[in-house]
Amino acid sequence: MTDQTSTSGLILEDVTLVHGDGEEDVRALDAISLTVEPGELVAVVGPSGSGKSSLLAVAGALTAPTSGRVSVAGVDLAALDRRRLTRLRRDHIGFVFQSANLIPALTALDQVRLPLTFADTGRPRDPASLLDEVGMSHRANKRPHQLSGGERQRVGIARALVTNPQLLLVDEPTAALDRQRSQEIVGLLARETHTRGVATVMVTHDHAVLHHCDRVLEMTDGRLADHTPTAGVDS
Amino acid sequence: MFLALRELRFARGRFALMGAVVALIAILMVLLSGLSEGLVNDGVSGLKKMPATSFAFQENVSKDAAFSRSLVGAGAVESWKHQPGVADATPFGNALANATTNGGVDIDLALFGVEPGSWLAPRATNGSSVVDEGTVLLSSTAKKAGVELGDVLTVAPAGNTLKVVGFLDGQHTFGHVDVGYVPLRTWQEVRAGVRPGEAVQSRVYEEFTAVAVRAAAGADLDLAAGDTAAGTTSLTLKQSFGASPGFTAETSTLNLIQGFLYAISALVVGAFFTVITIHRRQEVAVLRAMGASTGSLLRDSLAQSLILLLLATGLGVGAGVLLGAALTGTSMPFHLDPQPIAVASAALIALGMVGAATAVLRITRVDPLTALGGNR
Ligand SMILES: Nc1ncnc2c1ncn2[C@@H]1O[C@H](COP(=O)(O)OP(=O)(O)OP(=O)(O)O)[C@@H](O)[C@H]1O
Ligand SMILES: [Mg+2]
Repeated sequence: MTDQTSTSGLILEDVTLVHGDGEEDVRALDAISLTVEPGELVAVVGPSGSGKSSLLAVAGALTAPTSGRVSVAGVDLAALDRRRLTRLRRDHIGFVFQSANLIPALTALDQVRLPLTFADTGRPRDPASLLDEVGMSHRANKRPHQLSGGERQRVGIARALVTNPQLLLVDEPTAALDRQRSQEIVGLLARETHTRGVATVMVTHDHAVLHHCDRVLEMTDGRLADHTPTAGVDS
Repeated sequence: MFLALRELRFARGRFALMGAVVALIAILMVLLSGLSEGLVNDGVSGLKKMPATSFAFQENVSKDAAFSRSLVGAGAVESWKHQPGVADATPFGNALANATTNGGVDIDLALFGVEPGSWLAPRATNGSSVVDEGTVLLSSTAKKAGVELGDVLTVAPAGNTLKVVGFLDGQHTFGHVDVGYVPLRTWQEVRAGVRPGEAVQSRVYEEFTAVAVRAAAGADLDLAAGDTAAGTTSLTLKQSFGASPGFTAETSTLNLIQGFLYAISALVVGAFFTVITIHRRQEVAVLRAMGASTGSLLRDSLAQSLILLLLATGLGVGAGVLLGAALTGTSMPFHLDPQPIAVASAALIALGMVGAATAVLRITRVDPLTALGGNR
């Protein structure tokens, strides 16, 4: 569409995603426009089936939108083929998954080193000190089955950040955690987002963690509305 | 390789189980190869060691019984001598016989009749050769049966006598019995059942089994043209193995079993890696979402299969060779030869990789999108 120079972070312009072919179309995303600046933590809430995961998939270069423009780290995704999209995910996008989705065979430290084995990425962070930063250095040699849910999520966050991505996409990070642990994890995400200048989008059902976020967006039937609570309302 | 090696170590129990199956198959391969080689030796080592390029048999003789059925005459030898590319041609007689030594040892023999002094006549370890009528050079393996130098063999049914004047170097057997080289005239008398002292019809001395043909160095023989000229049917030395009693049946049975083993191992390895790959689907989706390329994931998985196959086959072959060494020298026809074992191991690994590759290709069908949303 346009070839204006984008800032880094995430830009969605008029993005629509339609699932299905012909008769029973589902508009998972309906003309969404959204800009997430570096250093900004944006939460997306909304009922089940409203399109939150679809938003992450489109922003994360996993699904091509039916129409509209997606730009990540200043690159228009429409211009990239599959190989380049894979490379863009590798170099500039970090994912934190719902249940951490760690690799069973790897120790905590190796989980964090793993993304760096895919290729020589630009300016990676040191896995050991990053593990320390998320408070997991004392469990560095433990495998996922030896870690608690919160610990796994910390390792997952370190793994997503080790390549120094410009965009961090987080899918319900606290779904399996208790209240206390949830606060810690989202607090950690907020801290990393702010100190590292990464643009972060977090999908969540957990309203108790929204006070960590710079903006809260509500999704209903594929449409986004700003729903940022006034400061100090929560907890 | 980062992930592949760590997964091998992490799931070592599972991989060890698979490796054990491959190793057992490799052991079986080695034993079969040794048995096959042993049977081949028993069947045709006497032929293998002959300096002939091809044999010209009676025209239209049935190929799987050529040595027992064929009869040719001196004319065929002359004709073959003058074929282009032929260095020399000489008569060859082949017959199975039962004999008894003066020590009372019964022994089955394959009597090879050759012209004394011809290129087909071998030399014994003690230097003697096929010269005098009524003498025989025996395969060294006959010693194990209890035959000694200087023994006199009485050949059934006519009672011709053969004096053992030497033993050949190594194993010379044909159709699972020991070879004895005798002068052609003696061979003709034994075959015709001429009793000692009996008058011999001159026709007896005109026939033998085949013309042994030796090609000149580097020459390629036109067997068909030679056959047309001489009125014979030729088999190369190698083809003539099939005319040794039982040879084709034995080797084809063993080859069939080997083929099945290859197929089984490819299927087992394929099934194993299919289960492993399906088990890894979520993990692969996560890796692809994180930006691992399909190519690198495939390479890693194939490297993992190759390491497993190499280790398992190596261990299996090692164990098989040790087991085989224990069998060598027993009454079982068993002979370990590095070359067929190397070929069999390579085939085992290659087919295992084919099985693994078809399984691992499932990786390309994993959608990285399934990494999102926990359970989709
Ligand atoms: N591959 C697909 N094919 C067809 N329809 C789909 C597909 N993926 C999602 N949808 C539909 O798109 C809509 C949005 O789905 P999405 O997964 O984005 O919702 P969500 O907000 O993440 O829900 P949840 O909170 O339950 O995870 C839903 O109506 C869903 O049924
Ligand atoms: Mg979802």
